[in-house]
Amino acid sequence: MAEQINLDEMKKAIGTQSEPSTIEIEKGMIRKFAEAIEDPNPLWQDEQHAKKARHGGIVAPPGLLMAVMMVGQGSPMPFRPPMPRILDGGGEWEYFKPIRPGDVLTVAGKLFDIREREGRMGKMLFIVSETTWTNQKGELVARALGTLINY
Amino acid sequence: MAKQVYYEDVEEGMEIPSLAKDVTTQQLVKWAGASGDYYQIHYDKDFAQATGLPGVIVHGRLKSSFLGQLLSDWVGEEGTVKKVSVQHRGMDFPGEQMTCKGKVTKKHVQDGEHIVELEIWTENPKGERNAPGSAVVALPSRG
Repeated sequence: MAEQINLDEMKKAIGTQSEPSTIEIEKGMIRKFAEAIEDPNPLWQDEQHAKKARHGGIVAPPGLLMAVMMVGQGSPMPFRPPMPRILDGGGEWEYFKPIRPGDVLTVAGKLFDIREREGRMGKMLFIVSETTWTNQKGELVARALGTLINY
Repeated sequence: MAKQVYYEDVEEGMEIPSLAKDVTTQQLVKWAGASGDYYQIHYDKDFAQATGLPGVIVHGRLKSSFLGQLLSDWVGEEGTVKKVSVQHRGMDFPGEQMTCKGKVTKKHVQDGEHIVELEIWTENPKGERNAPGSAVVALPSRG
């Protein structure tokens, strides 16, 4: 892979923000998610049951924000990943407020960091993006950092 | 649902109840549909092999979601999951059982919240931890 990578040039893009988008959280979306991971917890689906629990109603499971296209993802990348292959390197999700059906979340993304590392298969780029979700009350609901590995 | 766990029940070093998942290709398709991740390496064997993989592989974020379930099952109805961090270190394949596990690394009270920190991971039948990570949860207190 004799790809010429100009890391300094790419690093200039750190801090670039995406155009914010909005998503509406629906009960059906939460149910579809819970079914996909085969999570039968009634807190995600059963209003009567969930009412008596800590959050007083149906909430989204932690994994919902990991289902990127469902909940929006801000990964602004003003350049094409220079290497041919991409792997999802993992992520970090921090939850500040419960997410409930009916919430309208504003999703904002930012290019957070770019690092280069020499791996088994040659040069690897770690592209880290930050996503934040803010609800209709203006409360920061969650923040995530996701790492893409380009090699 | 298991009975509610309280902060006082927890000790550093203890393992939490594990969660076993029999991941099938059907589940990968369901995840693709729910998450919107239609990258073909997760359901098209020919495509996956053409990119150099031995076969279709489990989505990293499906594994992270399983770890989310491991935690929400454990903290129960009165606890909350505050932070989940997962690294994708290796590939997992449908048809193999995946076991999600966690171990308490630290407990402390902070700003009135009863916080428990954990090490979490997935384990394949060979015992390999392909998705290790960490988590922070808050539990109710009997105090």
